[in-house]
Formats: sequence, structure tokens, C-alpha cells
Amino acid sequence: MLAKRIIPCLDVHAGRVVKGVNFLNLRDAGDPVHVAARYEAEGADELVFLDITASHEQRDIILDVVSRTSEVCFMPLTVGGGIRNLEDIRRLLKAGCDKVSINSAAVKDPQFIKEAALRFGSQCIVVNLDPKRVPAGDPAALAAAESLPEELRVSERPVPEEGSFGTRFHAKYPTASGVYWDVHINGGRKPTGLDAVAWAREVERLGAGEIVLTSMDADGTKDGFDLEITAAISNAVQIPVIASGGAGHPQHLYEAVTTGGASAALAASIFHYGEYTIAESKDYLAERGVVVRR
Amino acid sequence: MIGIIDYGMGNLRSVQKAFEHLGTPAEFVASPRELQDLDGVILPGVGAFRDAIAELRRHDFVSAIHDYVACGRPLLGICLGQQLLFDRSYEDGEYEGLGLIAGDVIRFQSEPGLKIPHMGWNSLEVTRPHPLLAEISTGDYVYFVHSYHVRPTDENVVLAHTRHGHQAFASIVGQGNITATQFHPEKSQRVGLKLLQNFAEMVSAAVAS
Repeated sequence: MLAKRIIPCLDVHAGRVVKGVNFLNLRDAGDPVHVAARYEAEGADELVFLDITASHEQRDIILDVVSRTSEVCFMPLTVGGGIRNLEDIRRLLKAGCDKVSINSAAVKDPQFIKEAALRFGSQCIVVNLDPKRVPAGDPAALAAAESLPEELRVSERPVPEEGSFGTRFHAKYPTASGVYWDVHINGGRKPTGLDAVAWAREVERLGAGEIVLTSMDADGTKDGFDLEITAAISNAVQIPVIASGGAGHPQHLYEAVTTGGASAALAASIFHYGEYTIAESKDYLAERGVVVRR
Repeated sequence: MIGIIDYGMGNLRSVQKAFEHLGTPAEFVASPRELQDLDGVILPGVGAFRDAIAELRRHDFVSAIHDYVACGRPLLGICLGQQLLFDRSYEDGEYEGLGLIAGDVIRFQSEPGLKIPHMGWNSLEVTRPHPLLAEISTGDYVYFVHSYHVRPTDENVVLAHTRHGHQAFASIVGQGNITATQFHPEKSQRVGLKLLQNFAEMVSAAVAS
């Protein structure tokens, strides 16, 4: 049976793994190749490098990191951050990366997903979705939506007041009614007017092979993934969905792949700070009946 | 020497790096003429079947691969490279393959909640012992990423099955000197590296005999 995947994510800045909060107070956390090898030994199923520099002058640094990592790690490696064109993808794949994850560039030019999937295959094109709960009628989102096709625009949806989702999220995100998930770009700062569920269906149609879903509301809280949006997107598309943002305990990983219906859970800080190892997290899942690779 | 056929499809570097890691260098082969000098051949591939078979034809690899296989030396197909060995594929149409193993290539059938592509780590159910599977056993996990899989006419060529939803498919096949995996051994950590090492040993054994 297909195992649920646990994927550590490493933020890479100027060739080093860094830790920080909201891109501030970055602290050095080692050589990416060493950290990657350690995670592989602990049983990570894949690795994601997020190039948080992503300035044009520094692209060669991440290529070098990927190349060195792929000499010692024999598992899938994804790189995200600052990927804008086919040439960026080609160079990363050539360096030894297996998948690239595209975010802002896909929103700005959806055809980029299609071109990339046709050229390199859907299996290596991952699209990052960063949704955020926004009250319906939010002026910034409405303004952003003006140029969008009708079917991709946000639509008002009621917040469930009852049931596990309703109770849980009503407490966590106290919104009266009429919120929706607006796809955000630029690190979660800018609304697009894109409805996250409609956009997920669209990126699947355009040829993306996988979606990484990072709830901007849950990200950094360590209170758990936003299971409601995770389940909504997982149910809306046939391609695998990787839940991201909010993991603080192995229980959260468990919820993401069960209640949330995700194929994989991605986490950074719980592994970086040594709160839980990947092996411990997998044990936790296996004890509760989730199929994991050990 | 082991050669990795380079016909412009996909990333071959990770296959090469895996062999380097095992201490068995492998070289890229871009010309069909070079095949006859090799002791072992890897046919890799990612992407669409139609494009891949067209590229193999365009680079004149089709008859060279048939000639190579006829000499009895080991061949290993990986992922799309496994699918290409069969008679035909129904990926976005109907396309003729290399026809080295009888059977076709079909898409996973939809099931409620079943994710396609089949992406991630899944386990092997070994059905037949083979030198390629030395020290690899049922329950070992390997890394897959694909939406189509092979359906051999002769069940006896199946060396291992894997299950996705309710569908069992041939994840490893072997027929004479031809072997192939649907998963990516070069991305399957210990188990995958062991399989590549086994292949390298099959190549050495063939040279010695």
C-alpha cells in the first residue's frame, strides 16, 4: 500500500540552512548537504529545499547545493523559491533535483505550469498554494480578482458552525461568516482573488503533478495544519496534496494525512529543533494505523 | 562498462550518481553504435510515452536496442524505460513500443479517493526469485511516480507486484536478460541502491561467463 510521506523542509539562504521566524532573525543551522543526509538517515521520505534568497545572482548557489546533495541522498529532492521560467527548471533538474515547486510565477502566468509540465513531465511540476482565510468582500481581494476568469474567482461560502471542522475552526479562526480561502502570493502578503479550491482544480488541469498546500493562517503557529482547507483541496483534486504549515506535534501530522486526506505532511521546525525526530513521528503514525515507510 | 541510454528524455544524472556511489561507474550513451561495446545497458525515462518512443526512433536506438538484447547481455529499464519495452501504450492515444516484452501499458483506473499519479513509497510483493532481487524482499519500500503501468501478457515475467488502491500491477519484470522496474531505484535509498548493485553484479557475471 502507498505509504503516507513525511517531508522535512529546509530553508536555504546563501547556501546555508537557516532558521527564523517570518524570514526575520535568520540563524545558521548548518550545511544543507549534512542536514539532508541526517534526515535521510532518520527516514525522511523526500526533501524540500526552499531557496529563500532566490535572487538572480544567487541561483548558482542552490544549484551547487542540489548537486552535492544528490551525490549522497538517494531520494526525491524538490526545490522551490524564485522559479520563474523553463530555464530555471532545466538547470535545477540537471543539477540533480527531481521536482520543482512553483508558486508566484504560476499565479502570474498559469500557462507556465502547462509549458513546464509538457516539457519536463507532470511528475516534476509541483505547485505551491498559499491560501489564507479572508472575509468575503475583502476589498484587496476583490480588486485583485478583477482580471481573473469568472470560474477562478472567490465565492462566498458559509463557515460550518457544527461538526468537527466547524467547532474546531470557529474557535481557532473566529470569523462570523462568509470567509473563503484566498490564494496569497509574495510570502502570504498579497491576496490574488483566486479561490484556493478552484485554483487547485485549475493547476491540476494545467498539468501539475502535485500540490503543496501551505495555510497562511496555520503556518508558524505549531497548533496544527488547517485541516478544513487540506480536506477541501484533497477532495477537489486527484493529484496528491502535501499538507504544510502548522505542524508542532506528531499528532498534527497524523491529522493531516487522515482527517485532512493529505498524501504527505511537510514540516520544518519540529524536526529542525529536534523536538521530534522523523523516526519518532513515523512511529507515532504507525501506532495509529497509518501506513508509513520505516 | 554499464551505459545509460541518453535520448534526451529526463534526468539521467541521478542514475549515474547512484552507480558512482556504488563504485560502478556508468557512462551516458548518446549514439546507438556504442551499445554493442557495453556490458550492461540502462534504459531510463520520464515524461510521456509518445515523446520517448519518438526520441528513441529519431536517435536510431530501436534496432540497436533489439540487437543488444539479442546478444544476451543485461538490460534494465527504469520507470518509463520499463513501459517502453512493451508492445504498446495507451497513454493519450495508442503508441507502439519496443515490443521486447509482450503486453501493453495502461492507466490506473479511477477509484474513489485514489490519487493519480501514484506518487510516493510503496511496497513490493516479490513473486519470483531473481538475481536482480538478491536481498530484496516482500514489504520493502521503493519510490514510484507514474500514472500508467505495464500489463504483461505472460504473468510469468512478473518478478514483483505492487498495490495502488485495489489494483495490483507489475512493479518489476524480468524476461531472459531483460529486467525492468516501474519505480525509481536511484531514488529508493537502500533498497534501490541494492537493486542497482544487483544489476551491476549480473553484468559482471555475464561478462565472466
